[in-house]
Amino acid sequence: MSHVVKITIDGVECMATSGQYIIDVAKENGIYIPTLCNYPGVKPKGSCRICTVKVNGRMMTACTTPVSENMEIDNTSGDIVELRKAIIELLFIEGNHFCPACEKSGNCELQALAYRYSMMVPRFPYTFPQRQVDAQNPKLVKDQNRCILCKRCIRAIHDADGRAIFAYHKRGNKVEICLDPKIGKNLSDELAQKAMDVCPVGALLVKEKGFDQPIGERKYDKEPIGSDIEKL
Amino acid sequence: MKNYTQKIVEKYHHDKTRLMDILIAVQSEYGYISSESIALIAHELKMSDVDVEQTVSFYHFFSAQPTGKFSIFLNNSAVANMMGREEVATALEQETGIKFGQVTPDGLIGLFETSCIGMNDQEPAAIINNRIFTKLTSFRVKEIIRDIKDGKKIEELYSASFGDGANRDVSVQSVVSNNIRKIGPILDPNYKIGEAIRKITKMTPLEVIDEVKNSSVRGRGGAGFPTGLKWEFCRNAKGERKYIFCNADEGEPGTFKDRVILTELPRLLFEGMVIAGYAVGATEGILYIRYEYKYLETYLEKILEAARKKNYLGKDIMGKKGFDFDIRIQFGAGAYVCGEESALIESAEGKRGEPRDRPPFPVEKGYLEMPTIVNNVETLCSVVKVILNGAEWYRSFGTAESTGTKLLSISGDCRNPGVYEVAWGFSVNDILAMVGKSANVQAVQVGGPSGSLIGPDEFSRNLGYEDLATGGSLIIFGEHRNLLKDVVLNFMDFFIEESCGSCSTCRILPSVLRTKLLKIMNARGVQQDIEDMVNWSGFLKASRCGLGQTAANPIITSIKNFRHLYEARVQSRKEYDTGFDLTKAVIEACEVTGRVPNI
Repeated sequence: MSHVVKITIDGVECMATSGQYIIDVAKENGIYIPTLCNYPGVKPKGSCRICTVKVNGRMMTACTTPVSENMEIDNTSGDIVELRKAIIELLFIEGNHFCPACEKSGNCELQALAYRYSMMVPRFPYTFPQRQVDAQNPKLVKDQNRCILCKRCIRAIHDADGRAIFAYHKRGNKVEICLDPKIGKNLSDELAQKAMDVCPVGALLVKEKGFDQPIGERKYDKEPIGSDIEKL
Repeated sequence: MKNYTQKIVEKYHHDKTRLMDILIAVQSEYGYISSESIALIAHELKMSDVDVEQTVSFYHFFSAQPTGKFSIFLNNSAVANMMGREEVATALEQETGIKFGQVTPDGLIGLFETSCIGMNDQEPAAIINNRIFTKLTSFRVKEIIRDIKDGKKIEELYSASFGDGANRDVSVQSVVSNNIRKIGPILDPNYKIGEAIRKITKMTPLEVIDEVKNSSVRGRGGAGFPTGLKWEFCRNAKGERKYIFCNADEGEPGTFKDRVILTELPRLLFEGMVIAGYAVGATEGILYIRYEYKYLETYLEKILEAARKKNYLGKDIMGKKGFDFDIRIQFGAGAYVCGEESALIESAEGKRGEPRDRPPFPVEKGYLEMPTIVNNVETLCSVVKVILNGAEWYRSFGTAESTGTKLLSISGDCRNPGVYEVAWGFSVNDILAMVGKSANVQAVQVGGPSGSLIGPDEFSRNLGYEDLATGGSLIIFGEHRNLLKDVVLNFMDFFIEESCGSCSTCRILPSVLRTKLLKIMNARGVQQDIEDMVNWSGFLKASRCGLGQTAANPIITSIKNFRHLYEARVQSRKEYDTGFDLTKAVIEACEVTGRVPNI
């Protein structure tokens, strides 16, 4: 049923298969669209909104929108860049992000994006919320201060019976991530590591593993986020 | 507790898509959903505890703690405040000896706030154990609390006679008034029930869709999508089953016209759902109603049962072979965002009411992944009259772009608040004259908080999709109202409370904007704060759904139309102010240490 379609991203012609998401087509064509909630192999959710592009003039999230013939996609115009920068700033002021003291520094996608979008200081006032650190789980520490509520852990981590180990709790600006105390108790080392790996920030950490990789040798220490895609 | 919960889970065949019904039953039985209940439900449905809990904690009327034998939910909408809510709230706290959000130590009474309950024409109003109490005063509060303490039952708490029309029906018995002030072709009760169904049995589904398309009727919930087109999309979509949803989750503050239709014309509505089912080839209809209207449940079930007996519902409807259709009622549990069609579907599937990403649209992939129509109550009622009287007749009302009539819910500072059915194309001035405006009107909120706040220089604009589009709510503010405090701040609080929290923009920005607004209201703002609010609001446009995209509308439209109110409050000589009040911040510490603030 799928067929080849032609689209343009910032004027560059790209070939794609119908049904593919914009974000993946861009990646295949060496074009970087920033993401935070999207994760390879996990059903997209479009919750962070940072991959917003203009599709024929309309704002759409690149991670959830399938391509169709003759789509014209704008990924770099001024207002799109400004929007992304604003979203990064909003995520910074929503929580308590102290990069120098964070185990994930250098491997953190939010931090890396802040560098890429040259954030100096957020335009929005900090909210300094009171948030909990939950270390009850035998394998994982959950630091709500750093969570950006991207739902990657909710969507990616399930037990052998397919039950959700992570879930949202409450709604609106009171939303938090919860780790199921019962199922979570029997979390395998592999799943715990996967949870830490899918977390774009330092909100989920495997106990005693925070500094396994030394600072200076981490993913974004030498090259900005997205440069691997742009090098293709 | 175990037995009842298990029985309920069995009643719904261990189907986790019916989680809402299971939770509503448990909440009603025990007054809360305990962690034991959650664990039991999770076990029975093969879900994790946190997965059940994420649905429980999403909805306002689900509670993990006991809410009292009598749970009082007092509406906190802008109009409730205008009509004396403060006095009622104070009386409630005084009489019960507790604050809002608390339960009395003996577990008898719980006090809670809630967003608009669809009674703006009879505020202040509250819900007590699923029953509505309108036009409250501090005197009534004293009576009610005294009666509760005396051990009276909920049905003994009413002192006034029941409201008008079907509110007196033995299965409703509520003090709610319809306040129908102007009847048009939709509200007209003189039509032959069942006639439209009989008529379509002689038409092909495509003929029905054509008739609806020719009438140019558009969605009455606010978005205004052409109804016939939506039906056609759904008819053409592939799926082994199709579903018709009626969206009766009327949550936009200031709107209550669907409540009046549900009370007075439920048969008309159900007929509309049957017609939609026939047109798109669906056999199941679901009426999704907000929890606030739970008092109508028995009544609506009774009418559905009668319709089944008359063969307006069921198998081979009106003798037409293969024309099968039935309707079930699905209640929400207190979440404005569920009025958004994809959030409504998520909720009906037993999940958190978070809007879905589009595409795919519900007409292609909706309820249980099947092609689904979601139509507003009024839209479905309009369709019945289109079928009965023809598309041409329908087009004779209204304007070329906006055909037909519109039910308006009008409240606020006017003599006759209530429901008015008018043809599209009347100006705001015409409406004000019709409702008997009291004193000088300072502003009108058109379309609820997600619409716009307009001033007198725009009152000549016409209601219609081509000019002032509205889902039907008009709130009138007299010149004595403080627009920033009474209106804008109240609406921002509403959006903050009702955000689902999924999109970063809508979760974070409205509270940032609210802080700015307060800064200006507290005379600490500067000119730049106004510009910031305008600029920052634009980022909300990147949100997934209409709630997020319009969450700054109270601020944007009031700055656009009432900029002077903001400018009068900002400090003209200052370019920068942190908004931080050092004296206030150290006041407690100074009191403790016995010092005077050193400023």
